[in-house]
Amino acid sequence: MSRGTDNQHKAVAAAGWLWTKSRPYRYLAPAAILLSAFAIYPLFHALHMSLHSHRGRFVHLENYKTLVTETEFWRSLGVSVWYVVGTVPITLILGFLIANLLFQRLRALGLFRTIYFLPYVTSTVAAAMVWRWIFSPNSHGLANTVFQWLGVDAQRWYYEPTGVFILLGEALGIHVPGWAGGPSLALVCVMIFSIWHTLGFDIVIFLAGLSAIPREMYEAAEVDGANGWQRMRSITFPLLTPTLFFLAIISTIRSFQTFNQIYIMTPTANRAATQNLTMLIFHRYYENPDYGVATAVACALFLIILALTAVQIKVLGPKVHY
Amino acid sequence: MSTGKKTASYLILLFGALLVAFPFLWMLSTSLKTTQETGASPPRLLPASPQWQNYPEAWSTAKKISGDTVTFTVYFRNSLIVAAAVTLGVLVTSILAAYAFANMHFRGRGVLFILFLSTMMIPFEVTLVPNIKTILSLGWHNTFLALMVPWMANVFSIFILRQFFKNIPHDYFEAAQIDGCGHWRYLWQIATPMAAPALVTITIFTFLGSWNAFLWPLLVTDAPRMRVVQVGLHILMSEESTNYNTLMAASAIVIIPVVVLYLILQRKFIEGVSGAGLKG
Repeated sequence: MSRGTDNQHKAVAAAGWLWTKSRPYRYLAPAAILLSAFAIYPLFHALHMSLHSHRGRFVHLENYKTLVTETEFWRSLGVSVWYVVGTVPITLILGFLIANLLFQRLRALGLFRTIYFLPYVTSTVAAAMVWRWIFSPNSHGLANTVFQWLGVDAQRWYYEPTGVFILLGEALGIHVPGWAGGPSLALVCVMIFSIWHTLGFDIVIFLAGLSAIPREMYEAAEVDGANGWQRMRSITFPLLTPTLFFLAIISTIRSFQTFNQIYIMTPTANRAATQNLTMLIFHRYYENPDYGVATAVACALFLIILALTAVQIKVLGPKVHY
Repeated sequence: MSTGKKTASYLILLFGALLVAFPFLWMLSTSLKTTQETGASPPRLLPASPQWQNYPEAWSTAKKISGDTVTFTVYFRNSLIVAAAVTLGVLVTSILAAYAFANMHFRGRGVLFILFLSTMMIPFEVTLVPNIKTILSLGWHNTFLALMVPWMANVFSIFILRQFFKNIPHDYFEAAQIDGCGHWRYLWQIATPMAAPALVTITIFTFLGSWNAFLWPLLVTDAPRMRVVQVGLHILMSEESTNYNTLMAASAIVIIPVVVLYLILQRKFIEGVSGAGLKG
């Protein structure tokens, strides 16, 4: 009898000990289960799928080989790269300039910041529709109306698969070879949308970076007789470099992942002109029962983003405060 | 600073702000035009008389298209349910995990934290196709579960909250323990209220992200009754017969609630984003 209760006590003590010991893991469990199921497992699943045929046969790197021999893959990669080149630097420069203008203790800073940031919170689907309407290829489109005022020919905008450098060359009477055609006008429409949509984000981050610079540094420089440009060059630029770098990397990664605005702003008939890697994955998924190639594109994209993240951590790592 | 320079700054900023705001104004103007007016060349800046009925029409146009009883009422309801559930899910999972990482000592804490953080580097394109397969094999196609569950854990939120919990002085916990308060009660009654600013930021951005989500709902649902606002809007656009005044009214219907929320809570929005930037 007494031995029985003793064992019971021991069992209760052991259960209590286990309960206490497992507490942290129980707290972590909900998040850990979800992340395992919808982030970690699918990553390995994607790798697995990219190495197998749709019948489940292991095909080594066959899907990747298929990919690199297709012009469609290279063209999509080209669109992704053009998209980054055409949006990230311009948005950064504009964001930097506007943030600096706003940072002069202007009275309406709050109001301006509110307006500039507004596009960033609005849905890309709804906002991209507005821009599609602005770039309407008919004569009642707003962009074409503006072009008419300026005396420039009406354009087909998102229906235009021709490179912008070729179009520009035609307008100026210069022959531009096909390889130097640049991004299609259709893609440029999406780029303009994206610059508009993300500018506010860059401005807000730059403003945060600017307000972290101690005021005394500017005051000291002013006492020493440094002019505006000198203060910009020796204080603002160096101290804002981490912010700039953070923005450059995060914008590049996001640009590579763009989907919504491209999908909304491109008519099916002109789809090749704006198809980036993310769109390619989407189309392959829908059209091909063999997901091997679709996931191979995804894994290639992952490698690119991983490389960019590695660069970020390597360069920015010591400056990140946890 | 000289007055001339200041005036120049104002003018540049004003011009930029007008350019940024213009698409919204153009959307509102178009949404109040007649169909004839939207086809006019050159376009008029403002409608002759505002056509307010375009809005109720846009609200129920989906009905005519799909031939069923689905309107924006259903889209809004679905989006609200999904966004609310996802936000609640993220808050609960993040509070629990962040607290464990911040306030408990256990084997593998460092490794697990790195593992959690590293999942942030996995882009959604990679997990897209496998996740759809998971949803299909769970039989979740066209269900709310498919729209909600995969998004109910968010590492960035865990990261922000862990910071907050770590900054609460340990004395609070010791005092609570002396009063016989365990981890569970301390977490919900003391630590969580103290992290309120972080919780507000997480709520705003999770809700917004869920409200604006498009690709995932597009892929895991196809029944009209399961459409969220962004998908509903896209369906409206892809219909040839939809006029631009109706479409702009529908876009405004989707954009306006977010803009109103943003104008009320703008300081929170901007602080949240700046915080994210500084943390890297």
